[in-house]
Amino acid sequence: MIGLTIDGKAVQVQDGTTILQAAGFLDIKIPTLCYHPLLKPFGSCRMCMVELGNGARGQLVTSCNTQCQPGMVVNTASKHAQEARRLLLELMLARWPNVPILRKYAEQLGLTAPRFISVVCDRHEDACILCGLCVRACDEVVGANAISFSDRGIQRHVATPFDVESEACIACGACAHVCPTHHFKFEGEDYKGKPPEFLLGPNTAIYVPTPQAIPRVPTIDPESCIHFQTGACEKCVEVCEPEAVKLEMEEEEIEVDVGQILIATGYDTMDPTPMAPYGYGRLDNVYTSLDVERMLNAVGPTGGRVLLKNGALPRAVGIVHCIGSRDENYHRYCSRVCCMYALKFAHLIKERTHAEIYNFYIDIRAFGKGYEEFYSRILNEGVNVIRGKVAEVVEAGWSKKEEGTLLIRCEDTLIGKFREIPVDMVVLCNAIEARRDAEQVGRLFGLSRSPDGFFLERHPKLDPVATLSDGLFIAGCAQGPKDIPDTVAQASAAAARMLGVISKGVVEIDPIRAEIDDKLCSGCRTCVPLCPYNAISYLEETKVSEVNSTLCKGCGTCVAACPSGAITGHGFTDDQVYAELEGVLAP
Amino acid sequence: MNTNEKQFEPHIVGFLCNWCSYTGADLAGVSRMQSAPNLRIIRVMCSGRVDPSFVLRAFQLGADGVLIAGCHPGDCHYQEGNFKALRRAVFLKRLLRGFGIDERRLRLEWISASEGEKFAKVSTEFTEQVRALGPLQLQVPQEALAEEEAMAA
Repeated sequence: MIGLTIDGKAVQVQDGTTILQAAGFLDIKIPTLCYHPLLKPFGSCRMCMVELGNGARGQLVTSCNTQCQPGMVVNTASKHAQEARRLLLELMLARWPNVPILRKYAEQLGLTAPRFISVVCDRHEDACILCGLCVRACDEVVGANAISFSDRGIQRHVATPFDVESEACIACGACAHVCPTHHFKFEGEDYKGKPPEFLLGPNTAIYVPTPQAIPRVPTIDPESCIHFQTGACEKCVEVCEPEAVKLEMEEEEIEVDVGQILIATGYDTMDPTPMAPYGYGRLDNVYTSLDVERMLNAVGPTGGRVLLKNGALPRAVGIVHCIGSRDENYHRYCSRVCCMYALKFAHLIKERTHAEIYNFYIDIRAFGKGYEEFYSRILNEGVNVIRGKVAEVVEAGWSKKEEGTLLIRCEDTLIGKFREIPVDMVVLCNAIEARRDAEQVGRLFGLSRSPDGFFLERHPKLDPVATLSDGLFIAGCAQGPKDIPDTVAQASAAAARMLGVISKGVVEIDPIRAEIDDKLCSGCRTCVPLCPYNAISYLEETKVSEVNSTLCKGCGTCVAACPSGAITGHGFTDDQVYAELEGVLAP
Repeated sequence: MNTNEKQFEPHIVGFLCNWCSYTGADLAGVSRMQSAPNLRIIRVMCSGRVDPSFVLRAFQLGADGVLIAGCHPGDCHYQEGNFKALRRAVFLKRLLRGFGIDERRLRLEWISASEGEKFAKVSTEFTEQVRALGPLQLQVPQEALAEEEAMAA
């Protein structure tokens, strides 16, 4: 450990610590421009000058790359150090007078009127101040080396080789991340009508999906992670104290032997973009229910405030029920949960914005405990409910002042008139539908689906958690749209059923099985490849085939195929079927 | 209208697989869907259980039409049984032609457990098709039938 004094305060540091870092331990801030904690110190900007010793014996050094020595006495804001910084800033402000970070440091040093004028003055706020952080980041962290300084003197600028688009650049954004003046910009796709923050995706390659994620650990997106593209960076590994980041981890396929499976794969929401009259994705301030849930969330992109895209509060909001539900052209079924969350939105939005709220419904489905009472409460709060379908949402601003106002054209069936309601924001209660991969999942497990696409229960009234296959259960929205209390009830039921089977200790299998009579079997092996469960094996010693009755599921395919008639399909023998035929065709 | 002449009521036998088509037919029943009463159902576990001799026996015993119904391809409860039924149905049709039986009297359908409406529609449609074809006048020599029964005993 090394002992030194900074600004009169004593501090002990490890060998190799720089003065800047040591000052950081004491919460002493030294101005820097070319320093970044993730990059090796460069010492080019000279802003971090500090004075060692004092008076005539004083020596100015750059604190970012000078290592602490035992007994050092450092003065971070001595007269000489400040003068040095002031001159630097005067020179830089001559060239880049409007860059915020330079102006901030100038203010801190009491510098108001720079003395110099430069012939290459750049008045932009985001001017490049040639600090070189981007170049070093691209080299050290990314390992791509796509940009560097080009030319000399006043022509010096940061560029790709020959100022053309570089193949080495992997578009990782590290340069934009370290730039102190925001000179590098991320150019995102055009998401007109939908704020990009609502897209639930990472903003760094290593990220916690949402602040309320369970488990609350970060995950790495291998497609955007620099390490997986160039082999460099690994900054996350460096900064993680418990060394929890292991970049070599690979996907493992784990095989688990189980006796029962519960499918609770949930649902997807319908994308309302194809429903052009509603303007989702085309008009600003038209949102789906999930967008609004995100907006209302305290850790969401707006911190829970309900705002229009331009940051203003809405004066009127329209909430449209049944988008894609109860609709012959999309889904005929009712999505069950939307009426209640639409009322919830009405309440919360009104509470947070005091806007005029309009709910456009066909029926209000308030079927649960306390639901109807909640609906009454919402009506009492002055929410306008209009019974009728919305025909379209159009832009209706007549003047520049009204730009962005939306007009909802609807039918009010209770008064028998068409209405046009001006609003600032529209919320679409889009339908719940089966997951996009429901067909594949169904094939994988052998699950049938009902016509609406959700998995089929064994019996709609008497067995809503079991399926036609033994040992396979379904629960939640995978079986059909439902809200949280019903999902919990169904999931508990399914779990209890499965536990019941386990606790019994034995499984009953039905006696419908195939059996081969070895006296009749000719050993032709026609049946062997037909069995989907590989339950039939040919015995070399006796030259006949045999059915393994624990594997056999009783489908009867082998029974029908046997040319010798040697296989008996217990429960559905040939004689039994012939007898049935005689019965049904009796004259 | 001659009220003495009764319309020909075809006898249709349906081999329905337990998991999909039989359940679909049950759903049609539970949903009180109307369909022709001519279809007599014989339940098998899988459409792959249907032996070609079942179909021939059915025609022999007086059926005018036979329906084999199973799960949709890819959805068979026993993985591939319905594909075997498909193969057998193709050859059966050829065989029926050889016997002089109109191959339209045999129909193969894929009906899933939730397709009650489809079952009702197929049942009614097939009945009408067979009615249009008329009764199957299959001449089975009595001696041959008796011989067969003696052998089976």
